Amino acid sequence: MTIAAPGSGPAIRLTDIDKYFGPVHANRSASLEVARGEIHALVGENGAGKSTLMRILSGMYSPDAGRMVVDGRDVTGWSTASAIDAGVGMVHQHFMLVPTLTVAENMMLGRELTRGAQLDRERAEREVADLSRTTGLAVRPRGLVADLSVGEAQRVEILKTLYRGAKILILDEPTAVLSPPEIDELWTVLRGMRSRGETIVLITHKLDEVMEISDTITVMRHGRTVDRMRTAETNPSEIAKAMVGRNVQLAMDYLADEHSKPVERIVLPSSPSLDVRNLVVTNARRLTAVDNVSLSVSSGEILGIAGVEGNGQTELLEAIAGLRAAREGKIAIGGRDVTNLSVKHRGDAGLSHIPEDRHARGLLLDYTVAENLILGQQHRYVGGMQLDREQILDNARQQIRAFDIRPADPNLPARALSGGNQQKIVIAREMGRAFQVLLAAQPTRGVDVGAIEFIHTRLREARDAGKAILLVSADLAEILALSDRIAVMYEGKIVTTLARADASEEVLGSYMTGAAGEAA
Amino acid sequence: MTTATSEMPAAPPSTRRASIEEAVLPAVVGLLIAAIIGDILILSFGQNPGTVYRLLIEGTWGNAYGLGQVLYKATTLTFTGLAVAMGLRAGLFNIGAESQLAAGGFLAAIVGLALPMGLPSIVTLPVFILAAAIGGGVVGGIPGVLKAKFGAHEVITTIMLNFIVLALLNYLVAAHLRVEDSLHTANIRTGALPRLSNYIGAFHGSAANVVIFVAIATAVAAGWFLFRTRRGFELRAVGLQPDAAEYGGVNVGGVWWKTMALSGAIAGIGGLNFVLGYKHYYEEAFASGAGYLGIAVAIVGRNHPIGVVIASLVFATMSQGGLAVNAVVPKQMVDVLQAVVIIAVAASVPEVRRLLLRSRKAGQ
Repeated sequence: MTIAAPGSGPAIRLTDIDKYFGPVHANRSASLEVARGEIHALVGENGAGKSTLMRILSGMYSPDAGRMVVDGRDVTGWSTASAIDAGVGMVHQHFMLVPTLTVAENMMLGRELTRGAQLDRERAEREVADLSRTTGLAVRPRGLVADLSVGEAQRVEILKTLYRGAKILILDEPTAVLSPPEIDELWTVLRGMRSRGETIVLITHKLDEVMEISDTITVMRHGRTVDRMRTAETNPSEIAKAMVGRNVQLAMDYLADEHSKPVERIVLPSSPSLDVRNLVVTNARRLTAVDNVSLSVSSGEILGIAGVEGNGQTELLEAIAGLRAAREGKIAIGGRDVTNLSVKHRGDAGLSHIPEDRHARGLLLDYTVAENLILGQQHRYVGGMQLDREQILDNARQQIRAFDIRPADPNLPARALSGGNQQKIVIAREMGRAFQVLLAAQPTRGVDVGAIEFIHTRLREARDAGKAILLVSADLAEILALSDRIAVMYEGKIVTTLARADASEEVLGSYMTGAAGEAA
Repeated sequence: MTTATSEMPAAPPSTRRASIEEAVLPAVVGLLIAAIIGDILILSFGQNPGTVYRLLIEGTWGNAYGLGQVLYKATTLTFTGLAVAMGLRAGLFNIGAESQLAAGGFLAAIVGLALPMGLPSIVTLPVFILAAAIGGGVVGGIPGVLKAKFGAHEVITTIMLNFIVLALLNYLVAAHLRVEDSLHTANIRTGALPRLSNYIGAFHGSAANVVIFVAIATAVAAGWFLFRTRRGFELRAVGLQPDAAEYGGVNVGGVWWKTMALSGAIAGIGGLNFVLGYKHYYEEAFASGAGYLGIAVAIVGRNHPIGVVIASLVFATMSQGGLAVNAVVPKQMVDVLQAVVIIAVAASVPEVRRLLLRSRKAGQ
C-alpha cells in the first residue's frame, strides 16, 4: 500500500502555475508547497483560484504554464487517471456518487472487483468495512447512497478516495454542508490520517477551521498565491488581511469583542411585522419539509434561523416569499394575510427577499446590472407602453453608488461581475427600496470577506431603521453576530427559540443535530 | 455553487460591438461553409461554381420577377421565423408553426368567404389579420396551456398538433369546402390584397404582395415588444432563467401559454400571404414546409427580429435560386445547402464565441 517516500522533499510542489479560461486568468504564477504528513489550508476569497489550482493538481485541468512535482517526480499536466495512480485524490464540493447504488458499489465503481463474470460485492463490502474501521469514517457498506445524509455522503466520498489508494487528499470546502458535531468528527479523521503520514490539502474560506486544523497555510488572492504562513505563528485577522489585501472586521472578532456584544435590545411590543402561523410546506418530492412552524419577527428585530442545511429552511423562506405553496397555515405581513398572494403582491405588501441561490434565482446573469436592479419591480418602471429606460438607468446609478457595486457600469451583464458584487446587486435591489420585512437567506454565501462586512453593516442598519429581518444562514458565526433572537430548525420543525444572550455555538450545535431537542 | 465558472474572476466587460459581432458572425461563418460545400457539390456535377452562382443570382436578385418571388417567399418565412423566435426567447420550442400558419390562413379564408363582396381592402385587412391571428393563436395556445397546466412538453404537443390540425383542415376542405376537382376552397371575392406589381410593373407575374408590409411591421413590433416593454422583459427572463423570473414576480405559466398563443398568432398571420395576397383561396398543404423552415430562420437569425428578416431573405433566395439553377444542377442541391447553413450556424455559435473571446484576450 505504501508509496516509498523518495528523499525528504515536499509531497507537493507547484511552481508558477498559470491557467486561463478564455479571457479569465484564474491562476497567475501560483506556487504551492506542501510537506508530507501535514494538513495544509489553501485559503482565499471566492474566485481567488483555489479550486482551479487543486483541479490542476488532481489532473482535471492542465496548466498553461508552470511545473508540478509530486513526491519528487515531475507530473506537469498529468491526467486524473495518473493522479489517482500516484495517490492524489480530490473530494469535490459537489458529491460525485451514484445515488441508486450502494456505498460499496460506489466505492468500486471504475475498478470493479469480479469473481468470474460476476461482481464480487461481498469482497467490496468487506474491504469498505475494513477501511471504515481503520480510518474512523463510519459508513454502512450496503446502504443506498440516495438514503444517506450529506455528512454520510461526504464520508463515502473521502473513503472512496482513500479506497483508491490516495496518500494525498484534497478536500474542497468539506464543511459547507456539515453540522458542528460532524465537523468535529471530520477533524478527528483528518488528524488520524496525518498521524499515519498522509498529506491533506484543505480548501476553505472559514478562518476558524484554518486555525483549528491546519499546520500551514497558503493564501490566494486574484489567482496568485500571496502568502504562506505557519498556523501556529499567525491569527485570523492576519489571514483575512492577506486574503482581502486590507484590514477587515470579522464576524468572529465581533463575537470575541465583549463590548460589541449586543445588549438585550428592546423590541417594541408592536404587532409583529412578519407573522407565520402553523405553516406546513412540502418539498419537490411531496414530503413534509416545513412541519407546523410558527414564528414572528417584529419591527427592529433580526430573527436568525440556525440549522444544518436541508432541514426545511429553504422551503420555509420560499413559502413566505410566495415561491412555494403553503399546504397549511397562515402568513401575514404587517398584519395583512398574504398566504394566497402572488410573489409580486407580497412585494407590494412590503416584502423583500435575498434568495439563497443568486445564480439560479437572485439574478438574471445575462441581463445588465441596471435590469437586474429592477427585477421584481419592473411594473414600477413603466412609462407609457414601454419600460422607462432613463428611470431604470437613474435607479441603477443611484444604487451602484449607494452599495458600491463595481465596476460601476449599469450596462454590464451581471455575469461579468464578481460573486461579491453580484450579491451586492441583489442586496441593493432588495434593501434599496421601501420594504417592511426582509428575508435574508445566506446573504453572504460565497462572498468575500470585505463584502461580508459591508452586508452585515447594511443588515444592522436596516434593523435599526425598524425593519423586520428573518435571517437564514449556514454560518453560525453570522447568525450569532447579527441576530436578536435565534430559532433552530431541525427536521422541518423549530426546536427552540433562544434570546441571543442564551445562545452559543455549542448550544445551537446541540439543537441543530436534534440532541438537545430530544433531551428537553 | 463553486462551479468552475463561479470560481473564476470576473470576465472583461462585453461591449455592444462585441455582442453584435457575437450575434452576426456565426451566420456569416455558416454561409461561408455552405458556399464551400456548395462549390464541392457543383464541381461534383461537373459544373463551374461561378456559372451556377451567377445563374442563382440572376434568377433571384438579378431581375424584378425573381426578386418578387424572393420577397414573396421571405414574407411567409418572416412570420414563421418570428413565431419560432418569439417562443425561443421564452424558452419554448414551437415546432407547430406549420399548422399554425395553415390554421391562420384557413380561418382568414373562412371569414373572407363569409364577408360581403366588394369591400375595400383597407376595411377587410384588419379583419383578416385578426382572423388569421386567432386561427394560429388557438393552435399555438393549446400546447401553451397544456404546458402551463400539466407540464406537457411543447415540442411533443406541437408536433402532434401539426398532424391533428393539418388533417382536420384537409378533411374540412375535402369534405365541405372544396371546389369540384380541386383541393382548394372557392375564391374569396372581397378584400383581395394588392400585389406589388400593381404599383411596380416590373414585378409582373410574381406573387409578392402588400402582406410584406405587414411582415415588416410585425418584425418591428416584435422587436419593440421583446426589448422595450415590461412584458418582453419578463418573457425573456422566463426564457433565460425561469426560477429567477418567478422570483421576480413573473407568472411563469402565464408567460408560457401567452407566448405560445402569440407565437401561433404571428405564424397564423403569415397565412394571409398565400391566401389573400396570392391565390385568394385556401388550398390544402399551402404551407408546404414554411413552418418548419421558420425554425431554421429563427436559429440562423439568432432569435432577433432583424436577424429573422435577413435570414428569411437568405432562405427565400436559396429556395427561389434552386429553381433558377435547376437546369444545370438538381434543385435539391439547394435543400442540401439550406441544411448545411443550419448545421453550420448551430455548430458555430459556441465556437465563434470561443474564438472571439480568445482574440479579445490577445488584443488586451
